[in-house]
This record gives sequence, C-alpha cells and structure tokens, in this order.
Amino acid sequence: MHDVSAHAAQHHAPPQGFIRKHVFSLDHKVIGKQYYALALVAVFTGMVLSWLMRLHLGWPNLAIPGLHLLSKIGAPGNVMTPEYYLQLMTMHGTIMVFFVLTTAPFAAFGNFFLPIQVGAEDMPFPRFNMMSFWVTFVAFLVLISAFFVGDGPPLSGWTAYAPLSAVGAVAGPGQGLGQILWAASIGIFCIGQLLGSLNFITTTLDMRTKGMSLMRLPLTAWAWFITSCMGLTAFAVLMPACILLILDHVAGTSFFIASGLVINDQLQPHSGGSTLLWQHLFWFFGHPEVYIAIVPGMGIVSHVLITNMRRPLLSYKVMIGAMTSIAFLSYMVYGHHMFVSGMNPTSSLVFSFPTLIITIPATIVTLIWIGSLYGSRLRINAASLFALGFISMFVSGGVSGFFLAQPSIDIMLHATYFVVGHFHLVMAVAAIFGIFAGTYFWFPKMTGRMMNDTLGKIHFWLSFVGAYCIFMPFHYLGIMGNVRRYAQFVDDYMQPVLGVHKFITIAALATGAAQLIFLYNLIYSRFWGEKAPDNPWEGTSLEWSTTSPPPWDNFGGKHLVVHHDPYQYGVKGSTGDYIMQTSPEASPTGE
Amino acid sequence: MAKFFAVTIILIAIGSAVPIVRGTWTQPEDISTHGHEIDKQYHETMWEAGLAFLAAQIILAVFIWSSSGRGGDAPIKRFPGGATGLVLAAFLLVGTEVLALGIFGANAWAKVYFAPPGPDAMPVQVQAGQFAFYFRYPGPDGKFGPIHPDKIDEANLNFFGLDYNEPATKDDIVTAEMAIPVNHEIHLLMHSKDLGHSFYVRELRVQQDFVPGLDVSLHFTATKIGRYEVVCTQLCGLGHYNMKTYLEVMSQSDFDDWLKKEAAMQ
Repeated sequence: MHDVSAHAAQHHAPPQGFIRKHVFSLDHKVIGKQYYALALVAVFTGMVLSWLMRLHLGWPNLAIPGLHLLSKIGAPGNVMTPEYYLQLMTMHGTIMVFFVLTTAPFAAFGNFFLPIQVGAEDMPFPRFNMMSFWVTFVAFLVLISAFFVGDGPPLSGWTAYAPLSAVGAVAGPGQGLGQILWAASIGIFCIGQLLGSLNFITTTLDMRTKGMSLMRLPLTAWAWFITSCMGLTAFAVLMPACILLILDHVAGTSFFIASGLVINDQLQPHSGGSTLLWQHLFWFFGHPEVYIAIVPGMGIVSHVLITNMRRPLLSYKVMIGAMTSIAFLSYMVYGHHMFVSGMNPTSSLVFSFPTLIITIPATIVTLIWIGSLYGSRLRINAASLFALGFISMFVSGGVSGFFLAQPSIDIMLHATYFVVGHFHLVMAVAAIFGIFAGTYFWFPKMTGRMMNDTLGKIHFWLSFVGAYCIFMPFHYLGIMGNVRRYAQFVDDYMQPVLGVHKFITIAALATGAAQLIFLYNLIYSRFWGEKAPDNPWEGTSLEWSTTSPPPWDNFGGKHLVVHHDPYQYGVKGSTGDYIMQTSPEASPTGE
Repeated sequence: MAKFFAVTIILIAIGSAVPIVRGTWTQPEDISTHGHEIDKQYHETMWEAGLAFLAAQIILAVFIWSSSGRGGDAPIKRFPGGATGLVLAAFLLVGTEVLALGIFGANAWAKVYFAPPGPDAMPVQVQAGQFAFYFRYPGPDGKFGPIHPDKIDEANLNFFGLDYNEPATKDDIVTAEMAIPVNHEIHLLMHSKDLGHSFYVRELRVQQDFVPGLDVSLHFTATKIGRYEVVCTQLCGLGHYNMKTYLEVMSQSDFDDWLKKEAAMQ
C-alpha cells in the first residue's frame, strides 16, 4: 500500500524553463493536457473528415470547394472520387479510435488525475510518461503524413484487413506507402500506450499515499487501472501485427498473403500466408480496444454522477467487479467480428456465448447507475447532463449488441449500417459523452477557471438530440441491408433510402457545428473564465484537496493521509453533506 | 431542466421504436428455406432487446425526473433491494435472456452451417475479384476443371484461369450473373481470385466472406422466382461500392434453357 520510499524516489525538482515546463515536461499534469490537446486536434480533424464523407453519401456529385487542395487525385473538380471516400473513411476511423477514444478518456484524464487521486506527486516513471506522449504525437504526425505522400492514405479501413492492406500499391490508391505509414503510425502508437499503461499500473499499485487502500480508490482510478491492464496486453499484440504487415510490404514476407493471388492481372509473388491471421491478431486487440475506450468513461460517469447525486453508488465493489469482468471477458469475445469471415463455424458459436455473457456485467453497471439515481439529490449541470447522456447512449448502443452477438442474425446484419450505428452509439458517442462529462467536471481543476455552464448545457442538448438523429437511423438502414463502406449507393435496393442518408448528413453537419460551442467555451474559459475555487462541486476525492490548478508537485509538499472511502456523500460533515477523503473527522458510516 | 431531459429521453426512446413497430424500414422478404430461422431469431431478439431498451430509457428518465430538485435536506433513499437485488435481476433476467438467445441462435446457425448439402445439391462456383463476381457451372460431367491462377487473362475472358484442354474443364460454363432453379438446393463453392470479398444476398439471408487462399462453401435453397442483387460486403478497394451482380431464381425449365444458351455461348 503506502510506500514512502517510492515517494522519496519520485520527488523531483520544480521544472525550469519553457521547454521543460510546457513541451518536454515530466509533469503528469502537463502530459495529461498535452494528450487532451492532441485528442482535441484529432477529434476535430476526424469530424471534418466525417462531414466530407457524409456530404458525399448524401450528394455524391456535389463539388466541395477546396477539396482538391486536400488530394491531388482524389477530388477532380472538387468532386470526391470513390477511392478518396474510402481514404477519408480509413483516416476518420483510425484517428477517432486511436487518437481520440483511446487518448482522451484514458491517457489525458488518467495522466492528469490518477497520480492526484492516489495522493502521489507524479507517476513513477516520468520520463517514460513524457516519452509516451511524444511517441503518440509522432504516431499522429506519421498518420497524417499519409495525406501528403504519393497517392494518399490507405483505403482499407481502420481494420486494415489483409490481403488488401498487405499486397501493396497493386491493390489500389494508398495501399503502398500510405498503408505502410498507417501501419508504422499504429505500431508507434502502441509503444506510447504500452509505456503509458506501465506507468498507470505502477502508479496505482505503488504510489498510493498513506491510508489510500485499493478499496479507497475513486472509481475513475479503478477504471484507468483496469484499462491499463487491458492496454498492456492488447497493444502488445497489435504492435507485432503491424510490424508483420510492414514486412509483407517491404521484406517480401507473406504473413498475411496466401499463394496464387492474381491482382490487376498480376500473379502475386507470395505464398503460404493466412489472410485470417490478420483478423485474429487485429481483433484480439480490437475488441479489448472497445473497452479501452469505454471503461474510463464508465469510471468518469460514476465519479461525476456520484458527486452530483450527492450519494455513493449502490455498491462500489459491484461496480469494480463488473468493470473487471468486462475487461476479462473482452479477450474472449473478439471472434464475433469474424462470424462470416470464413473462420470455422464452430468457433463462431464459441465466441458467441461470451459475447452474450458480457452483457450481464454491462447490464449490472447500467443498473447500478440507474438504481443509484433513485432517491438521490441530483444536481443538473453540464457535467451531470453528459454523464446521464452517456447512460442513455450506452443503453441504446448496448441493446443492439444482442443482435450482433448471435452469428445467425449476424449473417443478415454483418457489414451493414446496423453495425455502424451500434458501435458509434456504444463506443464512440458514449465515450465522447464521457470525455465531455470529464471536461466540464474537471476543467476548473485543470485550469483554475470555470467553464460556462449555460453554454455547456446548450452544447449538451444539441449533441444529445443530434447524436440520436445521426445514429439511430443507421440501425434502420442496416436492417434493410444497407451495406457500409460504400462510397455511393448504386444498388437498386438502396435507392429508396437515399432520403434517410440525406437526413443523417444534415444531422451530422448540425451536430458537428454544435461542437464549435464547446470549443469556444473551452478556449474562452481557459483564459477569461471565472476563477475556480478549489472544490467547486463539493467533491470528496483527493483532487479536490488541492488548489485549482494544483501546484507542480500536486499537494504543495504535503503528504496526504486518507481516512475514508472515496464517496462519503449524503452524510453530515462539518463542510456540508460530504466528508472529504482527507478529513480526519469520523464518518457516520464508519468508512 | 431535469424534467425536460426526462421527457426528451422518453420521446427519443418511443420515437426510435415507432419505425420498428410500424415496419417502416424492415428487412426484405425471405426467399430461402433457412431464412425463417434467422428471421425468427431476429424478431425474438427485437422483442427482448426492444423491451430492455424502452424499459431502461424510461426508468432512467423517471429517476432523473424524481431525483432532481430535491432539496439539500431531502433524505437519500435507497433503491429497494439495493445492489444485491439489481445484480440478481441482471443475472436472472439478462442471464436467462442471453442463454435462450444463445441456444436458439446456435440452433439457427447450425441449420445453416453444420448440416451438409444434400446429395442432389447443384454445385455452382463463384469467384470474386476486384470488382466483379463470376460464376461457373460444371456442365454435363458434373466436374469443375482445375483453376490455374497463372492462366487468368481477363482481356481474353478467361476469368477463372481455366485450361480448356483439360477434360473436366471442357464443358464448364462461365457466366457473369448467377441463375439457379427455384426450390433446388445449391452448393455454392466460393473462391477468391485476389482479395477478401463477400457474397451477400439479403433476400436469401446469405452472407459469407471469400477467404483468399482458402475455398469455403455454403448451401441454400431459394424458394421464390425473381431477380435479386448480389453485393460485396467486404471492403475490397476503390470499386467496392460497385461490385455487384444479380441472382436470377428461375423455374427448372427456364433454368435448363438458360444453361443451354450459356453453354452455347462459351
């Protein structure tokens, strides 16, 4: 538990100079903000790409002014070509999954708050921590550079299925250098996440202050700890897979390429590889990745809701148990992405059952949230609205999982917009709502200034209604058999649904534009927002026991002692209806 | 604001369910002998998932409504049964539900994939390549000649890489569209020329990926005469969106005539 020697070893001098303070900083808080800034740049980039895609799907012959500037070959006359659509789609998915959904809830908030919440001055390996961000930054640059080389970024989707992703330029635009850059970027990204996961695990296990037992950790800290355990194993599989993919391109190997393939009338000089091997390796990472994106959100939503409900959850231990079960099961379910891949049909059944079973802990998490709302003293603000919106989105995206977990139904729904609607709601929108909840909640602590709550609420309403307008109709399209990853809908049966696509496009543009309110609020509040008190939400965990923003060593040289579990709300304390973790006063619950 | 939010959640939940209940956008008519198993499973899942969706959203909304605006002195109430009750409910209700779905779903899957094709099943080979499907019928000898990837020559219409000097190949019939007799089991042999593709016919309730380097097969029986789109659902490159052909389900006599005409054109 408490390890004084670890603290002593960790103590480092205040940073000196601009570079050390703000660029190559060893301070976990600066690194957390750097991750947040990277995720912010990435999310707006990914969103603009999705706008372009949606415009093309609604109006395929529309000329988009300036589009040719983005691509020499992809937009003659500013009208998007099918291949450019696929390239934008690949980049949208890759940017969003890796550089937004993984970095913001886990690396950004986790870096800033995990050491503070456990009462540490920093992470145990600050240089690794700094490296993890800069490696991730390099990975982002490498990925974006694919826009500017040869014939552009790859068109094989964020899943980069082989052999399309492995055979090189012969398979189409972007499949040469663009695909190599993609694989290099993701391989580098994995290094950053492995370094980060190591730091998170050791911080949680070795850096806790006196009295901070594991069972006194806030649920956010638990969520980041569980996520880092997943990250350590999942990214460790994806990284070598990316290396093998690059070798297939540059070294003449055939890990993912079978013999006798004829592409563009050219017999490929490869033999002996397995195309399904890539899918197994990718999804062994890919499914835990879904939970790497969402489990931190579960922690954030729990933390934000508890503070705003003014009561602890019905069960802290059940919540931890459910999140741990989800993480454990996430490795046994990945084959549900491959039901119709040509994998042995018996394997499909084997993967189907854990996929169905994982709905039990997911249901428990949801029921604990909803049950805890009952009889609480709910405070409505931008953070709690987004946390509640997360629950609604998680339910909506989760129930469609019942369909996709069954191989027989998957025959009909696989590769349709039903899948797109499912994962966007449960993984993307829910996770982003978690990020928004965390932002509105922790912004005062991170910057020392309050965000404008009215603007936050407007942002919430537009995002909540907008996200449903975009993603619910995807399910209907999928039920009709509307295939995903099509640049245009030339098939006869898709013609009647073009109106639905146009509606979705308009909703996506409007919802995207609403995010500018958030951006304005974020930037304005950062510089001119009202000064934040140390504990604006009357919270109990350790981040509220220090100044806003915290000093470079988090607690001004004090070594905190923890006396209580993290959620002493709804009790009579000297400060109100809560008792802080650091308060020595006795708690009526005895915790 | 909380009450408004609660009403919005309920409106969105009910509004989302309306197109499903009314069947505004629904799956196309099933034209296969196995499809009713999948459809049955789909409808049962829709009932269960739909009810879970509505119940969760409405209860969430009701609790948001009731818990907001309570004063700072209002007592915190405990949900009846507490966490134990909810965990038990999750295990019993969702556990039973997923067990039932799993078992019945496995049964539906088994009927598609685990039963071998009957002895009278008609073999048809389909080859997928960027960005077209080609079909091969074995001709009177009932045998397919071997494929030689090095002999593929699309300019000279040798899509499969066949050597017509080989006895088994001589009577093979290659077509760009697929025709099959109604109510006759088809044994579809799937071969990829180049990359990953997929064979998806919505009405047939059939979707199966092609695996380059590994020939896979499936079997089905179409029960309704008509013309249906076959589309690729596995991203295969820039022309993926346009990779499609048609499946013509014909009477046996029409099919026999069609096959003769195609054979004459080889």
